[in-house]
Amino acid sequence: MPVLGIETSCDETAAAIYDGERGLLAHALYSQVALHAEYGGVVPELASRDHVARINPLIREVLARANLRPDQLTGVAYTAGPGLVGALMVGGAVAAGMAAAHNLPLIPVHHMEGHLLAPMLEADRPQFPFMALLVSGGHTLLVAVRGIGDYEILGESLDDAVGEAFDKTAKMMGLPYPGGPHLAKLAQLGTPGRYKFPRPMTDRPGLDFSFSGLKTAVLTALPKGATDQDKADIAHGFQEAVTETLAIKCARAIEQTGFPALVVAGGVGANLRLRERLGEFARKNNISLHFPRHEFCTDNAAMIAYVGWARRSQGQHTHTLLARPRWPITELETV
Amino acid sequence: MTLDLPDASATEALGAAIARALQSTSTGLVIFLYGDLGAGKTTLARQLLRELGVTGTIRSPTYTLMELYSPEGRELLHMDLYRLHDPAELHNLGLTDYPPSQTLWLVEWPERGGDLLPSADISITLSVAELSRKADVLGLSEAGRQLVSKLS
Repeated sequence: MPVLGIETSCDETAAAIYDGERGLLAHALYSQVALHAEYGGVVPELASRDHVARINPLIREVLARANLRPDQLTGVAYTAGPGLVGALMVGGAVAAGMAAAHNLPLIPVHHMEGHLLAPMLEADRPQFPFMALLVSGGHTLLVAVRGIGDYEILGESLDDAVGEAFDKTAKMMGLPYPGGPHLAKLAQLGTPGRYKFPRPMTDRPGLDFSFSGLKTAVLTALPKGATDQDKADIAHGFQEAVTETLAIKCARAIEQTGFPALVVAGGVGANLRLRERLGEFARKNNISLHFPRHEFCTDNAAMIAYVGWARRSQGQHTHTLLARPRWPITELETV
Repeated sequence: MTLDLPDASATEALGAAIARALQSTSTGLVIFLYGDLGAGKTTLARQLLRELGVTGTIRSPTYTLMELYSPEGRELLHMDLYRLHDPAELHNLGLTDYPPSQTLWLVEWPERGGDLLPSADISITLSVAELSRKADVLGLSEAGRQLVSKLS
């Protein structure tokens, strides 16, 4: 039962094919694929979010890699929200067109559900229920996952997402944007303890986050004419503050629910210090800890194809196009 | 008009004051928010949106580029063009659905949008000077000037 997945909700254009028996058959992200054949040897510089120009070559690419014709698919899944309406409409229209042309069911997928279930693409799958920490440039969420479609948001950022705080802090220190990974690298050279930044919202109960104030704290701490060592020390202090805050909230969420597993998804899940802290916590408390592989932490279509397959195999599909720029994840149907 | 903003609550107070001045107008308005990272643009924008009746989480629009709110029958468009590389990318956002005559546009990093943004009625430039911040508020159209005059 191969299902095509299409992702165009924000910056990335991606396509993938997931099959219930054989697993992930192919996946491709626009930026990873050489589209030489399509453009006769020249790859034009396409504007970001130019999904219209990108999506069809990508779909042909994954079909070729999976050695499938479109009529051999059993469904077309696409990200129906949340996201930018113009971007969502491109993926949705392409999906609906393919579904109509080949008489295939259409499966609208919630982008965040894709992220939550991305660890299901790995051999070491978590069992339900699990706690999910979703940390990226656009999101900071703690979600109780009790089954497919059964999600409860326990905590979220009230302002900046954690990846955004990393990127903007890096930018203030003169690192290139997106600077999160640069900042993390610089932090390794920092002197522990020279700068101590607040752990926002950890001194009160609850699982919400706030990272906007940390940015200001760094700006205030950053001396004029800061040396490389000053910057490294600040980066260290910043990373400690962020990762400890996340770890405290994860521990609280696990304690509150008694869930035996923790899943970390989103681009910030690649941060080594965060992995170290959560690894320590998981060992001490006998919690199983799961990270999707790095390329499935960031936006991708493999997770969309997986969710599409999971819902399609339970008979959930439609023939009408749906685009929901705002779509609370708590409103999904369960499977 | 130049205002001193000694702390974050002063920045919030300016956001709230603009919101109150806006409450008497039912049409749209375009506000550009200039200033470096950490200058207080988001703090001001959040308080302005809150004061206009937005409940629930006000997410930073940096990643999503735009967030739309519809409190009390009014359309509020909060944009952050920080991640825009080319103004032409604005064509992909479906902005024609939100005519500035009917929508309040609150745009952070408007300089990245070039000519493809509607022209501003008000510009607010936030700057950091040593330990304090200041705001330059400028009315650029008749409607904008009227609103700014209500602030002082």
